Amino acid sequence: MDIARHWRLRDQRYNLQGTVCAGCGHKMFPPRVVCPECRSRKIETFEFSGQGEVYSHTVVYQAPEGFDAYVPYVAALVRLEEGPLISAQLTDVNVDEVAIGLPVEMVTRKLTEQEENGLIVYGYKFRPRF
Amino acid sequence: MTMKPSRQVGIVGYGAYVPRYRLAAEEISQLWRGGQDRDTLPVREKSVPGPDEDSVSMSIEAARNALQRAQIDPTQLRAVWVGSESPPYAVKPTSTIVAQAIGAVPSTSAGDWEFACKAGSETMQAAIAMVGSSMADYAMGIGMDTAQGRPGDALEYTAAAGGAAFVFGPGEEALAVLEASYSYVTDTPDFFRRAHQHYPEHGNRFTGEPAYFHHVLSAGRHLMESLGLTAEDFALAVFHQPNVKFPQRAAQKLGFTAEQIRPGLLVGDIGNTYAGSSLIGLTGCLDAAQPGDRILMVSFGSGAGSDAFSFVVTEQLSKRRSLARTTQDYIARRQPVHYATYARWRSKLLLK
Ligand SMILES: [Zn+2]
Repeated sequence: MDIARHWRLRDQRYNLQGTVCAGCGHKMFPPRVVCPECRSRKIETFEFSGQGEVYSHTVVYQAPEGFDAYVPYVAALVRLEEGPLISAQLTDVNVDEVAIGLPVEMVTRKLTEQEENGLIVYGYKFRPRF
Repeated sequence: MTMKPSRQVGIVGYGAYVPRYRLAAEEISQLWRGGQDRDTLPVREKSVPGPDEDSVSMSIEAARNALQRAQIDPTQLRAVWVGSESPPYAVKPTSTIVAQAIGAVPSTSAGDWEFACKAGSETMQAAIAMVGSSMADYAMGIGMDTAQGRPGDALEYTAAAGGAAFVFGPGEEALAVLEASYSYVTDTPDFFRRAHQHYPEHGNRFTGEPAYFHHVLSAGRHLMESLGLTAEDFALAVFHQPNVKFPQRAAQKLGFTAEQIRPGLLVGDIGNTYAGSSLIGLTGCLDAAQPGDRILMVSFGSGAGSDAFSFVVTEQLSKRRSLARTTQDYIARRQPVHYATYARWRSKLLLK
């Protein structure tokens, strides 16, 4: 992914900034310009609380390039308390501690480093609430 | 020579961060010295950052905790300053990433501060000045490090990760009001790292008397004398903590009891968090303090110098303390790791 794209996504990545429909109140992550529920275009930014729970999960042993520093790690679908389901890496957790329904919270962590001389990309992950 | 802002300034929010992982000093001792120094270990264990943590991510979490206690909108901050000797980039500020992540951009100053382990308390002096001069109502200062010691070196036992963030604001909103501060520096080559070197050098026997003790005691003594105070006037005190013994000895020389330094003396459990060390100690004090308590904080940075601060706790602390996790909550969140895991995460396989 190029530097410009990482830059455009920074608020979404650092803060779980999504959108809310001014028409029907539907909350969206990632952000969208049209509400999928009522087709309204009156969309405002909305910062998610970061609270949620594990909806499904899998342990990754063979990581895509740039993620091998973290293996084995847990990739999960997290149901945010405001509704949306998002995919994210879990962190600060032992792989055998993860279960469906585990309460988690958003943290901003290092996602990947592009080589020794490249960009360090930060973004959301989830960890068990403590 | 003591410094006082022209209007009352205080801490309106504070937040700590310590990573989840711990490495026992005894394990390091076993590996490099066959356990020969088991009875004289400088700390019990140290905190270790996870593979996805650095001074940026750790500063973000401490800053979010500080904002929760401050109960202000992050766009009200006019400064986000980070003091660290472990910035992830050689060129590109840590502070802009932190400011973006906490929602303080774009109408804010941001900057990375350097002064070995004193970088964090330098941001506090500057934030106090900015609010005290009425240039701003709120300014944030952070001290955070992921310290590294050369494998097998004495520093490896203690070089740890963690720190704290403080939001400074008007005295009437403060959890703890600043009485005065003082800075004491000299050119002292006790510890240094040249550009492009991975690990620092220490001036051997030079680190104790002429460096740490001279600066910490001079700064602490001067501030107390100029305020007409003695150790008995303080409920709590915190000193920079490179190991357990140094702050204990400094406290004793200034007349403080073991009881007065206990809530802020965290190094035995988390190691030396460098630019974060005295700042996270202060969060430990604030977690334990009562209204009316006076707290002394003295930092130390090699090179060398100390900043000293005297704060008086207000009624507002007990109301806002529970709005974020306490420092002990982070210390209790503890997962021991073995040296091999630590070596993999910290890329210790690099030996020069
Ligand atoms: Zn809608």
